[in-house]
Amino acid sequence: MTQHHHFDAVIVGAGGAGLMAALHASQGGANIAVISKLYPTRSHTGAAQGGIAAALGNMEPDSWENHMYDTVKGGDYLVDQDAAEFLAKDAIDAIIELEHMGLPFDRTPEGKIEQRRFGGHTAPDPNDPEKRIPVMRSCKAADRTGHMILQTLYQNCIKQKVNFFSEFFVVDVLVRDNVCRGVVALEIATSELHLFHSKAVMMASGGFGKMFQVSSNAHSLTGDPVVAAYRRGLPLEDMEFFQFHPTGIYKMGILLSEASRGEGAVFINDNGERFMERYMPTLKDLAPRDICSRCIYLEVRDGRGINGKDYVYMDYRPETINRLKSGPGDKPVTREHLEKALPDVLELVRVYMGLDPMAQPVPIQPTAHYAMGGIATDVDARVLADNNTAVMGLYAAGECACVSVHGANRLGTNSLVDLVVFGRRGGKHMADFCSNAEIAPLWPSPEKDTLAEFDRIRAAGVNGKERAATLRNELQKLMTDKVGVFRTERDMAWALADIKALKARYANVKVDDTGKIFNTDVLETYELGCLLDLAEVTAAAALNRTESRGGHAREDYPDRDDINWLNHSMCYSTGSKTGPGLLESAWRFDKKPVSITKYQPKERKY
Amino acid sequence: MRVHLKIKRFNPEKDAAPYWGEYDVEVEPTDRALDALHQVKWFQDGSFNLRRSCAHGVCGSDAMRLNGRNRLACKVLMQDLVPDGGTLTVEPLLGMRVIKDLIVDMEPFFKHYESVMPFFVNDTPLPENGRERLQSPEARERYDEGTKCILCAACTTSCPSFWANGEYIGPAAIVQAHRFIFDDRDQAAEERLEILNEQMGVWRCRTAFNCTNACPRDIPVTQLIGEVKKALATGRLD
Repeated sequence: MTQHHHFDAVIVGAGGAGLMAALHASQGGANIAVISKLYPTRSHTGAAQGGIAAALGNMEPDSWENHMYDTVKGGDYLVDQDAAEFLAKDAIDAIIELEHMGLPFDRTPEGKIEQRRFGGHTAPDPNDPEKRIPVMRSCKAADRTGHMILQTLYQNCIKQKVNFFSEFFVVDVLVRDNVCRGVVALEIATSELHLFHSKAVMMASGGFGKMFQVSSNAHSLTGDPVVAAYRRGLPLEDMEFFQFHPTGIYKMGILLSEASRGEGAVFINDNGERFMERYMPTLKDLAPRDICSRCIYLEVRDGRGINGKDYVYMDYRPETINRLKSGPGDKPVTREHLEKALPDVLELVRVYMGLDPMAQPVPIQPTAHYAMGGIATDVDARVLADNNTAVMGLYAAGECACVSVHGANRLGTNSLVDLVVFGRRGGKHMADFCSNAEIAPLWPSPEKDTLAEFDRIRAAGVNGKERAATLRNELQKLMTDKVGVFRTERDMAWALADIKALKARYANVKVDDTGKIFNTDVLETYELGCLLDLAEVTAAAALNRTESRGGHAREDYPDRDDINWLNHSMCYSTGSKTGPGLLESAWRFDKKPVSITKYQPKERKY
Repeated sequence: MRVHLKIKRFNPEKDAAPYWGEYDVEVEPTDRALDALHQVKWFQDGSFNLRRSCAHGVCGSDAMRLNGRNRLACKVLMQDLVPDGGTLTVEPLLGMRVIKDLIVDMEPFFKHYESVMPFFVNDTPLPENGRERLQSPEARERYDEGTKCILCAACTTSCPSFWANGEYIGPAAIVQAHRFIFDDRDQAAEERLEILNEQMGVWRCRTAFNCTNACPRDIPVTQLIGEVKKALATGRLD
């Protein structure tokens, strides 16, 4: 039996964006529920390490204009500048608000929030205003800033008595005639379906980086609500732009924060050379992530990977940092300082690699990290049905959304800024919307399609031949090999054909568990279907964009092409609608103009 | 390396009582215990169940008993658990109702957590300049340890006092209370101390140190509990 619930607003996902929205929507008077497939404190916001940018100017002069400029340039001018202005301005208020909520930021001797350098965050050089040099803008709590944000927001949700539905898996978002009416969710403990009928829905489900083999993403990041929106005919924006973070632990992909390089760590190749000096003479190792990842690939390709292999070193040793003068400020860096500034990162190296980063350099390689693209929204987090029309009552914020403040490449620390700024904006807007809107009627049995799909997975599973994990491994390897840091038409056409073949095999996946209680066998199969759909859109969008910009590097189109491609891509499904993974491989691309207000596109050099 | 896994299995839809499931897996010595468990779930028996998400020790989903000791399965390597050809015993956390296999009912744990007012309280006016409240680095350092907690329940479910009485709020909830009690910006220390002074509060702790040994974040849990006891005994927060 399907259970029915009524709320003003339902928020899907309990990471930074969802919880920030929950706090603001409930403060605005809305009766809300947060639905998450994990317990809220398990959300991947908690894995964010280095910091959250805001031009507080606590350490040295800074301005929101600097932050906005860096964001626009970092995103290779595909950033919507109206949105980036909100990001940079609202960041200051949002960080102060987090402090007022109790967030334990690190402190300066005067007691203010302490800040540090991060890739691509700059201010004009006082001695040469034409030149931009690294600025301390990242607010932090050691290297567990995301953990502190997640904990603080969840604590405040408890204080405000927000309703949580933990371990509920959202499978459908009920949009018809451009009006959102709620969601369908599966209670993981019982496999029962729940129908949430509401005036508003916010999707805040995070990323979907589990489509890649070497990935910093959690197992749960499979993009299920993003696929639900796509199946309902809503466009996905800029899906070709996926960020590969330069410093994943070799082979495992576990992230070692960019804060490492903010504190002075450097990249070293097999010749012992600090190679970033050669590529980006000003910012060097603090160049943005897309650039660093490409440089590592080029070093490896030219045979300068360590021992000729597919990795380079990140060197944290104080003697290296002091010899190269790569640390912040003028004072020498000490081991004690690094241990205090980067405790979790250094522990990750010790636990997973079994080596001491204070004595040896650390093998790293680029790891799939962050989707710049996602569900298209406006600056109030309202989901768009096309280039101009918002869906009534439907919102999205955080990594699953595309505002677009990150454009073609996100700067480090700007993901946490995005969460709190647009979670907050969306939450406030949603509260206002709910105080005026009537609840839209549901059509009969809106959960029917979902029931049919789960019945199909179970029925096919009895005689299924292949395991979901086998297909998932193949998909992840394919995406890392063919739709990774560098891309070509040939590789992506290959990837699309292979994904189509995987989808055919997906229809016959074996399921061992026939029960109702905590059936993650069925859910992992469903999640694989979502990953297949999103991988297909990612590859198709990458094939579609015949230029190189930010995180999208085409070897067959090596230059940025502002004449033809200074616009967002919008991908619409045109295939017949069936369950995730079974969606017909058919889509259409449209273009959406970029908002350019302050900064005209220029060549991107650091 | 080849490893034998002995996993405590229980499916209430099928089994009258828990039983040991036996599996052989081939793993790299540097694989996580979680990787070995995924080998079973993904390639041998899809009905086997566990919680996991981040897979690198920060989300707190996969606390369980490995060879009789509470660990995060994603934060311990096989080479550090068992020799080549050896056996790894895997059980759900103790003292919690088992829902299925390694999945336990976390609701009582989160209820205890919520009972200690685990949120910041300060109703004084905000700074007039619209900026952050100031806090010295020393004052920030005072409650740092408790801020590391990821609510994985490894400490609480290793505690003999909790095993004896599941109503005891347990070490994790006390650590969370400590984080606010010793934050000089917060104003609700007294209320929290009153809660912890109750029958099921901090005095149930018998200083067994199991919690400190179990914590995957290296929080000195027993010491923090001791500081709360001292604050109650002396009426002072120093």
